[in-house]
Amino acid sequence: MLTVRVYVTLKPSLLDSAGRTVSGSLQKLGYTELKGARIGKLIELEVDSYDEARVREMCDKLLANPVIEDYRIEAPETVTA
Amino acid sequence: MKVAVLKFPGSNCDQDALFSLRDDLGVGAEYVWHEEHSLAGFDAVFVPGGFSYGDYLRCGAMASRAPVMDAVKKFAAEGRPVIGACNGFQILCEAGLLPGALLLNAAQRFICRDVFLKAENHASMWTQGVDKVLRIPIAHGEGRYVIDAETLKKIEGSGQIAFRYVTAEGQRSAEANPNGSTDDIAGVLNEGGNVLGLMPHPERATKELLGSTDGFAILNGLRLVVANL
Repeated sequence: MLTVRVYVTLKPSLLDSAGRTVSGSLQKLGYTELKGARIGKLIELEVDSYDEARVREMCDKLLANPVIEDYRIEAPETVTA
Repeated sequence: MKVAVLKFPGSNCDQDALFSLRDDLGVGAEYVWHEEHSLAGFDAVFVPGGFSYGDYLRCGAMASRAPVMDAVKKFAAEGRPVIGACNGFQILCEAGLLPGALLLNAAQRFICRDVFLKAENHASMWTQGVDKVLRIPIAHGEGRYVIDAETLKKIEGSGQIAFRYVTAEGQRSAEANPNGSTDDIAGVLNEGGNVLGLMPHPERATKELLGSTDGFAILNGLRLVVANL
C-alpha cells in the first residue's frame, strides 16, 4: 500500500477566517512575532499503485475546488511516516 | 406543476421546502432522493438547505457529485427552473451550475437571523416579481460568497447578481452584509437566468406565523415560469 498526500490550501487572495482566529489566539498566548496563520487540509490517500495523473484527476473532480483552492500532490516515495 | 425537492444525506430544510411549496405556494412538490437518475415528470427543482454529507471536505462538495445532479445539470441546460437555498446554493456552486463559491463567514460564527435583500436583476424568472426590499431569514456558518474579480465583473455585466444584502431601507452597508460576502452578494443566477442560488431561505418566509411572507416574491417565479413553458 502506498500513501499519497494531497495538500489543499485556500487561495492566498482569499480571507481565511478560521486561520485569522487561530492567529489571534496564538498572539494572545504571547507569540507576538506571529503575523498570520492559514489553515489548509492534508488528505492522505491509500492506493495500490501511484499514477500522478489519476491523483490529479481526483483533485480536480472532488478534492479541491479551483474557484477557491490550490492543491499540491506529494508522491508516495517522498512521503515519510 | 410539480417541483422536485432533492434530498441528500444531511439535508434538513427539505421538509420546510416541501411544505412551503405545497401548502403555502400551492404547487405540487415531491421529494427526490439523491441517487435518482431522472427528473422526468418534474417542472422545477428545489435544492434544499442542510448539511449534506456533514459538510465534509467542502459544503456541498459531495452532494454536487451525486447521481441526481447529472439530471439537474441536464434540466438546467434546458432552461428549466432550478433554485438552491443555503446548502442548496453551495451545492449548485460546487456543481459548476453557478459561478463563485461559499466560505466560512468572515465573523466565523453561525448566523441565524433575518436579513434584508434587494433584487439586482428584474428580468429573470426568479427576480421579476421582486419589487421591494425583502425580509428573509438566513441560517448558515459558511455563507461568505467569493468570486474572482474578473468573473465578478462578468456576472455583474450579464445581470447574474440576483440579490444583495441591504439595510431595511434598501441601502448597501457593511452592517447589512452578515457574512462578509464579496460585494454584498446574497444570491446569483446562471447565464440563462433559470438557475438561482441564494443563502437566505425563501421557503422559511411564506407564513405570517413565521414572521414574513416575503419568500413568495421569489417562489412565485415558479408559477410564472411554468405558465410560460
